[in-house]
Amino acid sequence: MKRSILGKNHPAAAGYIGVVVMLPPLLAVVPISFTPKRYLSMPEGKYSLRHYAELLTNQVWQSGIPTSVVIGLIVAAITTVIAVLFAVGIWCAKSRYTRLLVGAALMPMAVPPIISAVTLYFFTTKASIYDSYPGVIVTHTVLAVPYAVVTLMVAISQLDRNLERAARNLGASLTQTTCLAILPNTKFGVLASFTLAFVLSWEEISVTLFVTSLDVITLPRLMWSGLRESIDPIIASITVVVIVLSALCALIGLRKEK
Amino acid sequence: MATGPMRGQSRALFIWMFYIAPLMLLLLASYFIPLLGVFSWSVREPEFGFSQYWRVMTDPGILSIMLHTLRICALTAIFSVLLAYLLAYHWVYGPPPRRKIIAFAVLVPFWISVLIRAFGWLALLRPQGIINPALTGAGLVSDPLPLVRNELGVVIGMVHFMTPFAAFPLISVMRQIDVRILRAASGLGARAFRRFFEIFLPLTLPGIIGAVFIVFVLALGFFITPAILGGGRVVMVAEHIYTQMSQTANWALGSALATTPLMTWIVSRFVVFERLAK
Repeated sequence: MKRSILGKNHPAAAGYIGVVVMLPPLLAVVPISFTPKRYLSMPEGKYSLRHYAELLTNQVWQSGIPTSVVIGLIVAAITTVIAVLFAVGIWCAKSRYTRLLVGAALMPMAVPPIISAVTLYFFTTKASIYDSYPGVIVTHTVLAVPYAVVTLMVAISQLDRNLERAARNLGASLTQTTCLAILPNTKFGVLASFTLAFVLSWEEISVTLFVTSLDVITLPRLMWSGLRESIDPIIASITVVVIVLSALCALIGLRKEK
Repeated sequence: MATGPMRGQSRALFIWMFYIAPLMLLLLASYFIPLLGVFSWSVREPEFGFSQYWRVMTDPGILSIMLHTLRICALTAIFSVLLAYLLAYHWVYGPPPRRKIIAFAVLVPFWISVLIRAFGWLALLRPQGIINPALTGAGLVSDPLPLVRNELGVVIGMVHFMTPFAAFPLISVMRQIDVRILRAASGLGARAFRRFFEIFLPLTLPGIIGAVFIVFVLALGFFITPAILGGGRVVMVAEHIYTQMSQTANWALGSALATTPLMTWIVSRFVVFERLAK
């Protein structure tokens, strides 16, 4: 029998304190989204889908969802391609600058978001892509790239080095080695980085606030103004939709973990 | 040989040009050079000099925001590391079903957007939310408690956001502890209390220091949670930067303010991460 290492006097309850703090705010949103009333409240026995229906009919919210999905998909595609190239390149190059290069690639993930926000605000205004789709896409890509690089480097590091040597000996070009030998063996890494990049873009708010103003209104931006002005229960229903979509992506992306 | 495999030099060049360069060029153009640009903004506008930094250090309004920010960050760091310590301990040493529940409680919030989490707390803590009516209904308090739109609400929301970040270094440190040391202490007659304070706590200290720094630095640059849960009454540095940039268009002051968390971040990199990397 495996006894607890500190003694039997630490109750399991102590661990569950953490659980009790971590989960309620996420669960609280679900019943609120089914309230029949016009204001933020608990349903109290009567459930209604009116706020979900409003989500489908309200023009403002309707424009936010496709905007975020389109941006998210483009960001995920670009991020995955350049992160795959980078991770494979680093793996093949075996350069002595590897640490420096990877450190540079991971920087946007490690600095506080407000610094990325000010930096990318500077970039988008100087490049005249402030408050435009290209601006938001570049911004989200920069923020998602580190996560994709980490995911892919972990996946690729598990490959056998002989794979690359064998492919090279058989006369494969670098492109062939990448597409026919490396990528098929890191399918899950590629899928995980794609979904991760999509979710990051789909939920991004702190930097998006700095690089957009009136023309590009993503879903989190709508939620932000909704939360700052009048809190409508429609935010609860959109929140449930966002949680479900993120959870689905998490399931797809992390399936391999088992 | 154009058709054959590329060798040596040309292969390496191909890798650098087409595999590594795209990402590096993207970051160089859209991140590293603009980062330098932000510095130049802070010293060149409106005129050349360090006047903006002087203002950051002397303006009483900004100083009070800074002190407020430091206070909230410190409180957040203390409470989220405490909570994360409990969670990490049970994640590493708990029986398998409990481990799964704890992992779920740490990882699911980690995945969920900061906006949604702030909204969830707002829904729970408002005077007409979920907790207050339950308390008044049970007759425990007569008036709703002021749980949100004040510093308490901001700290609760930020602790919730930061706890997973604090849990990861603690988990990795706890995993490396040799359990036999604790068994030996137990065999030598040390009680649980002593085993914890004289052995377990000192062994996990590097993880605790790392977690405190990570939380503190991340919290410095935070503004979504304070803006929503503080209800405009609790302004932290990051929100002030946002206002300076977006509403008053005071870019120079905004950039000068932004260099403060950046400097803290750089210092913490050298202080903590080098030590943790060992």
